Amino acid sequence: MDILSHYNYWVAIFLMMTGFYVVIASGNLVKKLIGLNVFQASVFILYISAGVVDKGVPPILKEGASILYSNPLPHVLILTAIVVGVGTTALGLALAVRIKEAYGSVEEDDIHAQEED
Amino acid sequence: MATIEQLAIFQITIPLIVAPLVFLLKNGNRAWFLTLVTSVAMMWVASQLLVHVLSVGEFVTQIGGWAAPWGIEYRVDTVNAFVLLIVSAMSSIVLMFARQSVNQEIESNKRSLFYTSWLLCLTGLLGVTITGDAFNVFVFLEISSLSSYVLIAMGRDRRALTSSFQYLVMGTIGATFILIGIGFLFIATGTLNMADISERLSDTSQTRTVRTAFAFIIVGIGLKLAMFPLHLWLPNAYAYAPSVASAFLAATATKVALYMLLRFIYTVFGFEFSFDLPLSETLVILSSAAILVGSVVAIFQDNLKRLLAYSSVAQIGYMLLGVSLATQAGLSAALLHVFNHAVIKGGLFLVLGCFVFRFGTASLKLLSGKGTQMPWTFAAFIAGGLSLIGVPLTTGFVSKWQLVTAALDIGWWPVALVVLAGSILAIVYVWRAVEVLYFRPVSDDSQIVKEAPLELLLPTWLLIGANIYFGINTELSIGVADVAAHWLMTGTR
Amino acid sequence: MKIPASEVLLLLALIIPVVGSFFIFLCRKYPNVREGITLITGIALFANVSLIASRVFTGERPEFVLAEPFSGFTLSLAVEPLGMLFALLASFLWIITSIYAIGYMRGHGEDNQTRFYIFFACSIASVMGVAFAGDLLTLFVFYEVLTLMTYPLVTHSGTAEARRSGRVYLGILISTSMVFFLLAVVWTALEVGTLAFSIGGIYPEGTEPWVLGLLLALFVFGIGKAAIMPFHRWLPAAMVAPTPVSALLHAVAVVKAGVFSILKICIYIFGANSLHDLAVAEWLSLLAGFTIIAASIVAMGKDNLKARLAYSTISQLSYVTLGALLGNSAAWTGASMHMVAHAFGKITLFFCAGAILVAHHKKNVSDLDGLGRVMPFTMGAFFIGSLSIAGLPPTAGMWSKWYLVLGTVDAGELILLNVLLLSTLLNVYYLVSIPIRGFFKPLRTPVSGIKEAPLPCLIAIGVTTTITVGLFIYPEHLFQAVSGLVTTW
Repeated sequence: MDILSHYNYWVAIFLMMTGFYVVIASGNLVKKLIGLNVFQASVFILYISAGVVDKGVPPILKEGASILYSNPLPHVLILTAIVVGVGTTALGLALAVRIKEAYGSVEEDDIHAQEED
Repeated sequence: MATIEQLAIFQITIPLIVAPLVFLLKNGNRAWFLTLVTSVAMMWVASQLLVHVLSVGEFVTQIGGWAAPWGIEYRVDTVNAFVLLIVSAMSSIVLMFARQSVNQEIESNKRSLFYTSWLLCLTGLLGVTITGDAFNVFVFLEISSLSSYVLIAMGRDRRALTSSFQYLVMGTIGATFILIGIGFLFIATGTLNMADISERLSDTSQTRTVRTAFAFIIVGIGLKLAMFPLHLWLPNAYAYAPSVASAFLAATATKVALYMLLRFIYTVFGFEFSFDLPLSETLVILSSAAILVGSVVAIFQDNLKRLLAYSSVAQIGYMLLGVSLATQAGLSAALLHVFNHAVIKGGLFLVLGCFVFRFGTASLKLLSGKGTQMPWTFAAFIAGGLSLIGVPLTTGFVSKWQLVTAALDIGWWPVALVVLAGSILAIVYVWRAVEVLYFRPVSDDSQIVKEAPLELLLPTWLLIGANIYFGINTELSIGVADVAAHWLMTGTR
Repeated sequence: MKIPASEVLLLLALIIPVVGSFFIFLCRKYPNVREGITLITGIALFANVSLIASRVFTGERPEFVLAEPFSGFTLSLAVEPLGMLFALLASFLWIITSIYAIGYMRGHGEDNQTRFYIFFACSIASVMGVAFAGDLLTLFVFYEVLTLMTYPLVTHSGTAEARRSGRVYLGILISTSMVFFLLAVVWTALEVGTLAFSIGGIYPEGTEPWVLGLLLALFVFGIGKAAIMPFHRWLPAAMVAPTPVSALLHAVAVVKAGVFSILKICIYIFGANSLHDLAVAEWLSLLAGFTIIAASIVAMGKDNLKARLAYSTISQLSYVTLGALLGNSAAWTGASMHMVAHAFGKITLFFCAGAILVAHHKKNVSDLDGLGRVMPFTMGAFFIGSLSIAGLPPTAGMWSKWYLVLGTVDAGELILLNVLLLSTLLNVYYLVSIPIRGFFKPLRTPVSGIKEAPLPCLIAIGVTTTITVGLFIYPEHLFQAVSGLVTTW
């Protein structure tokens, strides 16, 4: 197994786990969202790197016959996914703002403590 | 008169286009009306699609005229036509209920936003169901999820915000898992069209990539489905959302997730591949746990909405139990329960909506003894509760019968016993609620309220009545479920 | 007026009480009209059932399919002699109990009387459904509905004790039916492919004995309304209900639905031959015998009159279960006759207990010494009723016991024969002793003159007592009705 030649997958895995860990372990709502973003970014890298064709050029149409392009489909998919991710982050941050207004804090522990009363 | 292919496209485009129009209508009542009309129109479209599919067979619509597998196609067969009808019908009936409830629970400047999110959620749910492209599923899933986060966050209690946030985080992780799974499928097959993937997988399926894809997709959908133990977001989300949002989501969101699961297991990956892996064993254990744990936890809840939410976790367990049997009978029972449970839970959440409308709370402690002040509502609660228990002449009984029959047919005794044990536990949590509402002394004699207004009672009783009707006349529910199960299993009508 | 077809009459048997309950609800503000509606509905139902009976006893077998919820399994109504008997019994006694209830509820000043009469009517509709069930699924459905319709009657008084008892009632009955009965029904459906009742049983020839044995056990334990031990606790718990409820439902309708179901399943689902070959049938009949003796012993220790009557009922129900399981024609004849004899005997006893409660506010047996001087009519009726339960002449109970004894001899079950004889002695001890003491012992607290219960109660008591004796003198009709059970449909 070529570990080094599959380095794109290792990067993706590393980011995925990091993001996931931040989401779970962090007590701050904004940090959770950051972790979520990192997690999503890892998936983007996974897709795009899988679409790379050896010796292919970026998939932008050029004049000339039989040019080897990298696969454009993952790029399209990931654009969509990025938009979804942006929407999610925006919504998450909006909720964080509202939570801050309602509870006075964006730390999970503080919020739980207030709910215990 | 549109052709059937155009109707399929209308199913998605109309609510999508109307949503921003609703946003422009600042008056809450007008926004509501437009939303209701759209939803009813979608229900009509779905019924046309179902009728067409039952008589002629599955059909395909290509979006934009681009041919598959590069273009996105909408592929309608019995299974998703059935789910389309359930989703749009539940949306319409709950919307009939919604006007006064929303006017009471949501501030006037946010009402049109609420309805906008509703239409976007409806678009997303319908889109997940109708599409034949794997990535398109992800897109519509996220559309419906994001709008449901908004719907939930609009609840009166500030815990609605934290519940929505928790759901957002967990839901996004789930959706991202699905995306990873789809990514691996794409890497393995080079295509995103579901029918195409399934063809290409028949050669390459026994590779680690495909198995990993399967695992990620199942886990991701499991999160959306509130499959035990990934259900932790559901009780809070349903408890603190506005009453009609709870009713709508309880009746639709998890059903669509189950549809997604079935579509991936049976159509994309195929029956042999999926059940070669230990899917059956895993699902049996997890769904049995869902039924038992969900029901037991429901017994101790004070908030009626949370009680029903935990009950939903158990009911989803029933559906998954049917799937885990790996037989056509089990699958048919699961699809039947999709329909039945939507009717039961939708109706019960509307009942709670009536209580909240008059009393302002869903807490059993505060509601004790007050059942008699709203006799029609209380009667509806009892009828719905009896259906959860599975008493004959209700849809709950029909589902239980089909499920137990399917289990005994392959000799899986313990499964049949788990289903029946679930009924016993349901007796405890339903009857506890009924007793507190009726027999306990009234907690405070402050106000005597009137029965819920007719506008709220009619949709509630429509669903509860449907519950009893479909408990006796099962031609539609079992009939379509059987056809759909056969289709999924064998690929033929 | 043209008399409708038998099928329509069958459906009407279910519809009449439901429509009646609807009108009771409408007239809730006018008590006399409301009570009148109950009586009119009762008479209409009895007339309807009698009409059906006149056709059935000439050989007609009407059927009516209500719905087909699952492919191949219908909800249908059909009549055969046993069900006809049960329907006649229940509809006749409804009228009598309604008369009694009117006197009792008003004399006792009970609340929520409208709710009482509404659910009374709905319970009777469910009983009609059980009696006329054409297949096992329909029987199960109406059996469950009966449990639900009787719950508000059991918890009528709304006190904490009533609620607790209601929970025991509901808990035991629905748990046993959901887990055991339903499982047996579904399993039977899968094994046989149909659930319709038919003479000689429905299980195919090659069914393994352990399957049949397990199914029989599931049915007997699943039908909690037959109160076989250890699922009998709901019966004494349900005594918290007002006496008319105890009288009709727990001497006639609910418990009879239970033993009726067991009888019907033994005759039409298993059949005599299957039962003979099953060891499990023998063990279960021994369990029934145990229940007979154990319940009698517990009854002896109970001072509360209704509790004593409740345990006596548990004991008597196992007579019918015993007869059903023995699987020969004498036993089945005895069991069916006992359904009727016990109904009239026990309902008399409950009516008397209620009369004593309303007139003198006495609940315990120890307070009843000498009461015969003050309530001679009631105590006299109590005496006749207790003789019938003990199975002594000149009451109907003697004939049913006679056939049950014959049944045990035919089956070679000498232990069970002794059980029946011993239980006669025990019954004398704990039941017949009450009126004896009532007449011959001196009064505890002197009361002058005669103070009987309200008149409607006395009328009801009089009717049931007369029939108890009447069935002893003219048992032919009863005997003819049940004699065809083993050989003909």
